[in-house]
Amino acid sequence: MIPLSYYVILSAIVFITGVVGVLIRRNIIIILLSIELMLNATNINFVAFSSYFQNVVGQVFVFFTLTVAAAEVAVGLAIIIALYRSKTTINVDEFQLLKW
Amino acid sequence: MATLVFFYFAGVIVLTSLLVVVLRNPIYSALSLLIMFFHVAGLYVTLRAEFLAAVQIIVYAGAILVLYLFVVMLLNIKREERYHPQFPFGAFLGLTILTEVLLLAYHRRVVNEPASPLSHTARTLPNGQAVATDVAPAAGNTEMIGEVLYSTYLFPFEVASLILLVAMIGAIILAKRDLFEQREG
Repeated sequence: MIPLSYYVILSAIVFITGVVGVLIRRNIIIILLSIELMLNATNINFVAFSSYFQNVVGQVFVFFTLTVAAAEVAVGLAIIIALYRSKTTINVDEFQLLKW
Repeated sequence: MATLVFFYFAGVIVLTSLLVVVLRNPIYSALSLLIMFFHVAGLYVTLRAEFLAAVQIIVYAGAILVLYLFVVMLLNIKREERYHPQFPFGAFLGLTILTEVLLLAYHRRVVNEPASPLSHTARTLPNGQAVATDVAPAAGNTEMIGEVLYSTYLFPFEVASLILLVAMIGAIILAKRDLFEQREG
């Protein structure tokens, strides 16, 4: 039986990778992919705890995370397409209209 | 054997999630994310969440990632994208959090060394109440999720459907080029 802490450490590593990806990348598609990484890290946590407590509620919450991820992807990619139409780039540094 | 399988899945998950961030071509990033999703699904199978493993592959790999690849190919980005100038800040922040996690894990191991391992105590809830361990194999994984989802969590389930509806309308309005110009003109 694998200790629960291994799953938590794995999930933390994946989550940190996602955070660093959001911070260091300029390509807005990669930023969205990094958000997916973070959501998957939380899902690993949910399923690991659900398995160790023999409680199925954790897996139900993975469903809601999945819903939010799907909604986020649909809206996010629509925003990316709208941004690309207005500026012909997806570099986040080019979008600085609100910067003062 | 189970440990070996876990370390295989964990290693591939960590490696591909690093590749998602490091690779410069968005298509390669999306494809390594695909490999990561499959291995996360494998991890779910080892945790006896077979239904979620199937949903992970169908929804994440089948729907979400295909959408990403559509957009990447639609926008057709060929220019070289450099890293963000706040790279040192991000790397510093990541290293700090990683160090904290490692320290916490090490500390926990030192504290818990004389006590029984975590996998052994996990059969009891935090309030000390023992969990019936024969609940999980009694019914299938899918039946259990369905029962809980449609009884206790019925209202969040309906809210989730509302979220999906809002996302669909929002995506159509955002992505359609001249939805409002046509109506005015």
